[in-house]
Amino acid sequence: MIYIMERIGVWVGAILTFAILSFLYKDNPFYKIAEQIFIGISAGYWFIYTIYNILIPNLFTPVLTDFSNNRLLLLPAFLGFLMLCRLLPKIDWVSRYPISFVMGTTAGMSLILFLRSDIIKQTSETMMNPFSAPDLAATIGQLILIIGTLTGIIYFFFSKKHEGVFGTTARVGIYFLMVSFGAAFGYTIMARISLLIGRLNFLLGDWLGIIKP
Amino acid sequence: MRRQFPLIITFFIGIVIIISEFIPHKPFGQLSNTFYGWFLIISGFAIILGQLSLFKINLIKISRKAPNWQYYIIALVSFSIMVLIGILWGTQKQPGLLANTQPLVAFFGRKPFDYLFKYVFENLSSTMFSLLAFFVASASYRAFRARSPESTLLLISAVLVMLGRTTIGTWITGWVPESLTYLHLPNIANFIMEYLNTAGQRAIMICAGLGVVGSSLRIILGIERSYLGGK
Amino acid sequence: MKILNILTKIDRRIIFLLIFFGVAFPLLVTINFKLGVTKNVRKVYNMIEETPENSTVVISYDYGPSTKPEIQPMAIALLNHAFRKKLRVICVALWPMGVQMCNEALETALQYFPDLKYGKDYVNMGYKAGGMVTINHMAKNFRSTFPTDEGGTPIDEFPILNGINNFNKIAFIIGLSAGDPGIKQWVQVAHDSYGKPVAGGSTAVQVPFLMPYVNEQQQLTGLIGGLKGAAEYEKLINLPGFATKGMDAQSIAHLIIIMFIVIGNIGFFASKKQKN
Repeated sequence: MIYIMERIGVWVGAILTFAILSFLYKDNPFYKIAEQIFIGISAGYWFIYTIYNILIPNLFTPVLTDFSNNRLLLLPAFLGFLMLCRLLPKIDWVSRYPISFVMGTTAGMSLILFLRSDIIKQTSETMMNPFSAPDLAATIGQLILIIGTLTGIIYFFFSKKHEGVFGTTARVGIYFLMVSFGAAFGYTIMARISLLIGRLNFLLGDWLGIIKP
Repeated sequence: MRRQFPLIITFFIGIVIIISEFIPHKPFGQLSNTFYGWFLIISGFAIILGQLSLFKINLIKISRKAPNWQYYIIALVSFSIMVLIGILWGTQKQPGLLANTQPLVAFFGRKPFDYLFKYVFENLSSTMFSLLAFFVASASYRAFRARSPESTLLLISAVLVMLGRTTIGTWITGWVPESLTYLHLPNIANFIMEYLNTAGQRAIMICAGLGVVGSSLRIILGIERSYLGGK
Repeated sequence: MKILNILTKIDRRIIFLLIFFGVAFPLLVTINFKLGVTKNVRKVYNMIEETPENSTVVISYDYGPSTKPEIQPMAIALLNHAFRKKLRVICVALWPMGVQMCNEALETALQYFPDLKYGKDYVNMGYKAGGMVTINHMAKNFRSTFPTDEGGTPIDEFPILNGINNFNKIAFIIGLSAGDPGIKQWVQVAHDSYGKPVAGGSTAVQVPFLMPYVNEQQQLTGLIGGLKGAAEYEKLINLPGFATKGMDAQSIAHLIIIMFIVIGNIGFFASKKQKN
C-alpha cells in the first residue's frame, strides 16, 4: 500500500509541476489552482511548526509544568496576545506594544551587529597592505579591492554633487558596482538553472523512471 | 498611551540591548537575555498573526466576491487541511492530538502532514522558483545589451562568471598551458569574485550598514515612528 | 534584413523550449566535464578535517524546498563528512521548512552510518523564529532557546547536549542558507560577537553578497556556493551525488543562455548600424 501511495504522491507532484509550468505558455486556471494550493499549504505548514516548535516548548510547556519558575513568561504571552488583536479593527492599536518591543530589540541589536560586522570589520579589512600579498596577481587584486571599495563608497555619497574629481571617482565606483552586478546576475542564472535541474531530475527520475533519481 | 508608551518601550528595550553589549553584567546582561527569550515567543505570535491575517483576507475576498474569488477558496481549504491534519496527527516527530497514527503511517508511508509536504508542497515550491530559469534566460536575450560602457562591463562580468563557474569553463580553457594559468576561465571567475565583486559588494555593505545604524538610532530615539501606523 | 529580424525577434517560447531540452538532455546522456575545486570550498572541507574527533558542531538549515536542489546536496555531503570524522552534529533551523530538509538530509546521510544514534551522535532541535536575536539567545543560553528537540523530547535526555549551555563547547557552525535569516546573521552573531568559526553553504544568488565576509579575519571561514560548490564538495569527499550529476546540465544551460546573449547583441548592433 505504501508503494501505491508513494506513486500516487509522485503523480500528484508531477501534475502540480506541470500546472505551474503551464504558466510559461500563459496564465491559466491550472496555474492559479496550483498557486493557491501552494499558498494555503505553505501558510498551514508555518502555522503548525510555529506552534509545535516555538509556542509549545518555549511558552506553554514551561508555564504549565513549572509555573512558579516561569511566571514571567506570561508577559511575552500577553504581548503576543496583544499582537493577535491586530486582527480586530476596533482595538488593533494595542498591537503597537508588542511591535514596539520587537522594534526596540531589533534596532538595538542591528545597530551593534551592523556597526561591528559590516562597517568596522569590513573597513579594517580594506585597510591592508597590498604589497604584502604572496604574488603579483594578489597584489593587483588587493589594490583593485582598495580602489573599488573606496570609489564605490564615494559613489553612494549623495550629499555632494557628482562632478569634477569627485564625479570621476564616483564614476570609477560605478564601474566596480557594474562588475559586481554582472557577477550577481551570472550567479542568479546559475541558481535558477540549478532549480530547473532539480525539477527535471524529479520528472525524469522519480516520475518517469528514465534516470536514476 | 497609544503613541507615547510604545515609543518609551522601544527606547528602553533598545538602550538596554545596546548597553548590554558593553556591560554584559547584571542587570543589563540578564535583562537583554530575558528580552531575547521573549522576542522568540512574540515572533511566534507574529507568525501566527500572519497566517490568520492571510485567512481573514482570503475570507473577505470570497465574501465580497472579488475577481477570481473562487481560487481563494482553494487557498483556505489547503490551509485548513494542513492545520487540521497537523493538529490531529502531528508531524514526523511531533505527536498530534490523536495518539494512534500507526494505521495512517502504514497507509501513506508517513504521517499525512509529511505526505502533503513531500509530494505537494515540495513540488509546488521548487517548480514555482524554477520557473525563473526560463524568464531569466528570456530576459538575458532581450535586455542584456552592450549599450554603454557600464552595461558592457556588466555583460562581460556575467558571461565570464557563468563560464568560469561551471565545468565547461575548465573544458574551454583546459588547453591553455600551465604557465598561463591566470587565463583559465575558472581563475578569471575567481579573480572577479574575490576582488572586483568583493570591492563593489563591500562598498554596498558598508553604506547599507551605515544606513541600518542610522535607522536603528532613529527608531530607538523615537524620530522614526512609521511602524506605529497612522492613527 | 530578414536574418536581422529573426535574430532580434526570437519568440520567448523557443527560448523556453531550448532551455528545457538543454537541461534535460545532459541528465539523460552523461558528458562528464572535468570539475575543479575552488579555494573557498576547500576551506570548508579543511575546517571539518582539522576538527578533533567527538567535537560537537552546529549545522543550521535555513532554507526550504524552493532551493532544495542547490543546498540539499551540500547538506548531505557535509553531514557525511562530519559523520566520517566522528563529529557530533546538532541541527537547528531558522526557517520552518529547514526542519524537514534536515530530516531528509539525515535520512540520506545515515544510510552510510547505520550505527549512529539519535541524541548521542546527532540531534534535530527544530525551528526557532527570530533570526539574529534568537542566535544571540542560543549563544548565551542554548538550553532555554531549545528546551526540547524537534519532537518535544526534553533536552536533558540527549547525551550529545550534555554540558552544552552556550556556544563555548561548539567547535564550529555551518549555516546552510537561502536568504534571511541565514549565513549573514550567523557571521554577525556567532563569529563576530562570540568568536566561533562559521562556514557557509548558500544558494548561488547569495554568493556575491557574502563574498566580503570571506576575508583574512575569517568572518566566514569558507563558502560553498550553489550547485557547483556542492559538486566540488562531493568531489572532495569522493561521494558523487545529485550535484555532480547536475553539473553537465548546468554547463549546457549556461552555454545556451550565453548563445542567446550573443545573438541578442549581434541583432542589436546590426540594427543600430542599419539605422545609422
